[in-house]
Amino acid sequence: MARSVTTQRKTLNTAIAWGIGLVLFFPILWTILTSFKTEAQAIADPPVWFFFDWTLENYRVVQERSNYSRFLWNSIIIAGGSTILGMIIAIPAAWSMAFVPSNRTKDILLWMLSTKMLPAVGVLYPIYLIFIQLGLLDTRIGLTIVLMLINLPIMVWMLYTYFKEIPGEILEAARMDGAGLREEILYVLTPMAIPGIASTVLLNIILAWNEAFWTLNLTAARAAPLTAFIASYSSPEGLFYAKLSAASTMAIAPILILGWFSQKQLVRGLTFGAVK
Amino acid sequence: MSTKASRFSARLMLAPAVILLLGWMLVPLTLTLIFSFQRFLPLRGGFQGWVGFENYARFVSSSAFWPAIQATVIIVGGVLLITVILGILLAILLDQPMWGQGIVRILVIAPFFVMPTVSGLVWKNMFMDPNNGLLSHLWRYFGADPVIWLSDASMLSIILIVSWQWLPFATLILLTAIQSLDSEQLEAAEMDGAPVLSRFWHIILPHLSRAVTIVILIQTIFLLAIFAEIFVTTQGSFGTRTLTYLIFQRVLESQNVGLGSAGGIYAVILANIFALLLMRIVGKNLDR
Repeated sequence: MARSVTTQRKTLNTAIAWGIGLVLFFPILWTILTSFKTEAQAIADPPVWFFFDWTLENYRVVQERSNYSRFLWNSIIIAGGSTILGMIIAIPAAWSMAFVPSNRTKDILLWMLSTKMLPAVGVLYPIYLIFIQLGLLDTRIGLTIVLMLINLPIMVWMLYTYFKEIPGEILEAARMDGAGLREEILYVLTPMAIPGIASTVLLNIILAWNEAFWTLNLTAARAAPLTAFIASYSSPEGLFYAKLSAASTMAIAPILILGWFSQKQLVRGLTFGAVK
Repeated sequence: MSTKASRFSARLMLAPAVILLLGWMLVPLTLTLIFSFQRFLPLRGGFQGWVGFENYARFVSSSAFWPAIQATVIIVGGVLLITVILGILLAILLDQPMWGQGIVRILVIAPFFVMPTVSGLVWKNMFMDPNNGLLSHLWRYFGADPVIWLSDASMLSIILIVSWQWLPFATLILLTAIQSLDSEQLEAAEMDGAPVLSRFWHIILPHLSRAVTIVILIQTIFLLAIFAEIFVTTQGSFGTRTLTYLIFQRVLESQNVGLGSAGGIYAVILANIFALLLMRIVGKNLDR
């Protein structure tokens, strides 16, 4: 039985919730709107809302002046690369812990979680030094590895909680039918695991895309992703609100869309399965 | 039952993840620990001998230490207070029947997906700028003098920016927890004539206590480490230099690696206290 409510109460709920939702979303909306204004309109007082001369000029300028596409490309390579690399390592690990558990599995899982809690600033200089020694400073491969490592615990945990839900009887049935380890993984587990794997991939792309400690401290000109590109706007010259908005809109748009698809996974991934 | 062979291959599949994470944890941490006992200034003579616990003592007795601890506690505490309280209210609201629930949810969650450098700069320039920011327009509209947010109300500004980013996370987790609440129990209470406040206090809040604990622990671990939001706004000035930012400045800006590493070890210990608490809760969940 659903809780019955009056239309009046429902209308009130709707009004309050939409009001709060719009307030929280407003900074993003305002950024998107401003990105289509001229610089003069961007700082106009009173502000112009929707009725201005919409222009794509800012997007053109941002791309031309700062070679936006190079940063975008770096972000894609680093976020995508660290996720793929991480999955190659995390899938077998999670599979093994979920289906062939030992009495140490729980300890290993918790220990993995503990590495995620290590504050980055505590190991900043050693990583910086190792990167210089190995020639990894300001390279995409170096950043890809670091982001893979910081997100690996989340990947293993998420996959583990998904794999755990695959009923073991199915595996036993497959084994009875004479399926080997390879057939078991390929034909039985993989199809059932794909939704979990897809969610994990999604969440990790988002986390890697937005990571802003290592990306700011380990890159300079060549490997800098969008987080660092945007940070370069912190010392502005002249009027730049519309351009800042255009650059910001381009940097957050893809992840905003991915993020909306992965709300549920966010809870699962970031709470390590403790809230479902 | 798994055979010996499959057991062995399972261990083999686990090995790369364990070895990589072990290396990622042990190598840098050991180096930080070693540096913390050295006088080590890479740009001014490099390694200059072992100094025992001098860096630890100096880090704590420096005039920047207590203000940094204070800034960290105020920012973490302020953001936790705002996000947990508003998060609970917002989660309860979003759980009510309404039109366009899905869209409202999307609007509320959006800030979490904005990268920290973008949210820092958008707030700093387009909202909090004393000349051209939207808030200054608003203040002038009501005839007030615009607030110079990031210098006169620097802590409040940082707390606002960070809370805006983390409120969606708290709301989403608390909403997930509320939705698992048995609605029959609530209905029964409603029929018994229990007033709204008492329903909230005796049924909803106890049910949420675990989710609230998790929100607090996870956010604390992330909030202790916030960096980009300060990096692109105040750069640690006007009293916003947190422990993380102080260590960053010691290590990379003034290149005093020994001193910074000692600070890093303090940060690791601090984070571990919260991590241990979190892991106990998550660990219980594993037993089921």
